Amino acid sequence: MQLCLKDLYDGFRNPEVIRGFSKLIHQEAQKLDRTVSIMEVCGGHTHSIMKYGLSQLLPESIRFIHGPGCPVCIMPKERIDHAFVLSMQEEVILVTLGDMIKVPGSRGSLQDARAKGADIRFVYSPLDTLTIARENPTKKVIFFAIGFETTTPMTAALIELVLKQRIKNIYFHINHVTVPEVMVELIDSRDEHVDSYNNQIDAFLGPSHVSVITGSKIYEPFPKKYARPVVVAGFEPVDIMEALLMLVRQFTEGRCELEVEYKRLVSREGNLKAQAAIENCFEKRPLFKWRGLGNVPQSSYCLKEKFSDLDAEKIYEDILPKEEIEDHKLCICGDILRGIATPHECTIFGTACKPSSPLGSCMVSSEGACAAYYKYGKTVL
Amino acid sequence: MKTVTLAMGNGGEENQALISKIFYKAFQNDILNKKEDAAVIEQGNLAFSTDSFTVSPLFFPGGDIGKLSICGTCNDLAMMGALPKYLTCSVIIEEGFSMRELEKIVRSMKKELECNHAMVVSGDTKVVPRGSVDKIFINTTGIGEIRYRGISSNAITTNDVILVSRDVGCHGAAIFAAREGIDLASNLQSDCASLSDQVQALIQHGVKITALRDATRGGVSAVLNEWAVQSNICIEIQEENIPVTCEVQGICEMLGFEALDLANEGTFVMAVDMQDEEQALEVLHSFSNSANAVRIGSVSDVYRGKVVLHSSYGTKRFLELPSGELLPRIC
Amino acid sequence: MCLSIPSKVIQIDKERNIATVDTMGVTREAGLDLMEEGDVCIGDYVLLHIGFVMNKIDEDDALESLKIYHEILEKLDEEERRNIVLEDDDCHNRSR
Repeated sequence: MQLCLKDLYDGFRNPEVIRGFSKLIHQEAQKLDRTVSIMEVCGGHTHSIMKYGLSQLLPESIRFIHGPGCPVCIMPKERIDHAFVLSMQEEVILVTLGDMIKVPGSRGSLQDARAKGADIRFVYSPLDTLTIARENPTKKVIFFAIGFETTTPMTAALIELVLKQRIKNIYFHINHVTVPEVMVELIDSRDEHVDSYNNQIDAFLGPSHVSVITGSKIYEPFPKKYARPVVVAGFEPVDIMEALLMLVRQFTEGRCELEVEYKRLVSREGNLKAQAAIENCFEKRPLFKWRGLGNVPQSSYCLKEKFSDLDAEKIYEDILPKEEIEDHKLCICGDILRGIATPHECTIFGTACKPSSPLGSCMVSSEGACAAYYKYGKTVL
Repeated sequence: MKTVTLAMGNGGEENQALISKIFYKAFQNDILNKKEDAAVIEQGNLAFSTDSFTVSPLFFPGGDIGKLSICGTCNDLAMMGALPKYLTCSVIIEEGFSMRELEKIVRSMKKELECNHAMVVSGDTKVVPRGSVDKIFINTTGIGEIRYRGISSNAITTNDVILVSRDVGCHGAAIFAAREGIDLASNLQSDCASLSDQVQALIQHGVKITALRDATRGGVSAVLNEWAVQSNICIEIQEENIPVTCEVQGICEMLGFEALDLANEGTFVMAVDMQDEEQALEVLHSFSNSANAVRIGSVSDVYRGKVVLHSSYGTKRFLELPSGELLPRIC
Repeated sequence: MCLSIPSKVIQIDKERNIATVDTMGVTREAGLDLMEEGDVCIGDYVLLHIGFVMNKIDEDDALESLKIYHEILEKLDEEERRNIVLEDDDCHNRSR
């Protein structure tokens, strides 16, 4: 049988197959003697689960905890304020990915900055930055880089192209974050003041596209050291249902392993060239504040010393705000991210906090748990 | 909110909030409060509507701002069962705009007026300094004679079924593909077209039309949500029945859109008495622009004011009003 | 942003290190900077993300998955048919 492009979409969205997996999961779950709480780390998974209503196809003994898999959602207000301040500089054109439009800092969002006259360009690809820089030679074009390991190599590739093409007016503000460290933080916080021991996470649905880059090897510690099985899943509804079945079987068969459902794209080693590009350009910061979660060690990247000339954080150090900002006092995003609460239990969900006026990390981007709940069903059906 | 944001022009949630809080509040009256596509005036004899056009780019696959400016207003009139008759045309042109492009736009307008058997009887032309406006903005206002009374978004009941006239999302997807800096190539064409002939045909064949609306900004999602609220009913849609072409689907996949949220300029949604469903579809199928018209859902009272989307594998979710800055300058 | 989509490679520009890919009738260009030279060929299925080719899709694995799904459905159908027969056999309404 020949594979055609349509198969790669329809084949993994086939309604009959989805129903079939639902039956199998129901059958297998009858052997469970407990509830199993599965965290999907990746925002793309949250989005699919909500869009396709997959929770409605699962038995009550299986529930989802929606993870912090949205690198925009977890961006702390302090970093948004950096973007705001940089964009308001006369000579600056700030370039970033579309998701950053509405994220509110303490001074407002980039949408507000643009309404005030800042030159902000929202692009689909970091490569568009090259064109913007060439068309505006007198401006300083700052690429505000966001995303997990999926997007980090693209920023690295952009840096390498900037050097190769000798473009002198592009700079970078790096906010890339990593997945495994925050997974650990959720189940075993290194912050003694944080109650991570009440976390309910029994297993992880591993991110699809982070894993394409990093390989599945980054999850090996989870079954070994933390007794949490991981199944790396694709983001189509069939992928997710298949991965859920694989996880349930692990529980009924008393196994605790790392498995890969998304075999057509994820290998153990991952994309080595992409990893080399990351290694070439970036190193880990000791700590990075995640909105709703506090400081997580070794969980974010900064530019290596050799690229200081390109580092907007260093160049604009004098004007970038440094004060720490607290989250909104009614915001329970931290609890939602640890699975201790659901969006519906938040007193401001859908009222003071909604996509057009988000207050907490889970609502800011369309991939956040609260935003997905809001879009795909404010009231649970 | 201290300043107007781009999202407030999106045809969705923020747009509605702006209109209610500022404009409806000041201009309150019974006619306006009905929130129909066109105002019904003079004891139900006439329909009256206005629209401004700021689409970018000016020329796109399947049309241009000229064609759109006539279709847009004439379709609003047609959606109230009216035959468009007289239009006004106001233009605001940026200094330095190409005369050739202006002529091209006006020729498109003339052609579309002929399709609607309508005429421009009054107008205004302003030229403003470079930078005061982006190339050209057009406003058209139209008056039409109502040929079928009672079409209203407030009158939908559980006796009605919901039809859509053709595949959805073409205009929004085509505009997006044509935008500079997006670098996409596709055969996508806007569905920009006049709908008056189809509406008159439905009327002449005695179809009992409850509600009609062309699905412009905010797409089919916006129409269904507005209807659910205005008629205080629940609209239940079968997701697999919604017609979407491969190319629109391709753009949606690539850019993360839902076809139901994308704008249309020649596609309408219809609520008809269920007894007339077959007849309505037969009439629509005789026009090339509605050859794939289909029933997409029904009306119930399960969740009043909401739209429920049923998947083909047994799950359901609410279809919400689109929010955020989906596509600025879409029409 | 997590928008990574399968596409088919229809052209390769070695000089600019760019592939032209097709996604259901929409074509666009994508950078090959994250792929080893010569790795991506015309006709390959690739995963696209924010303007870059991220990885090749393993066709054999994809077909294998689809085959397994097909078998699962067949097995479930068979079970359902057997259950219907059993239910029928157990039916007390039938006179014997």
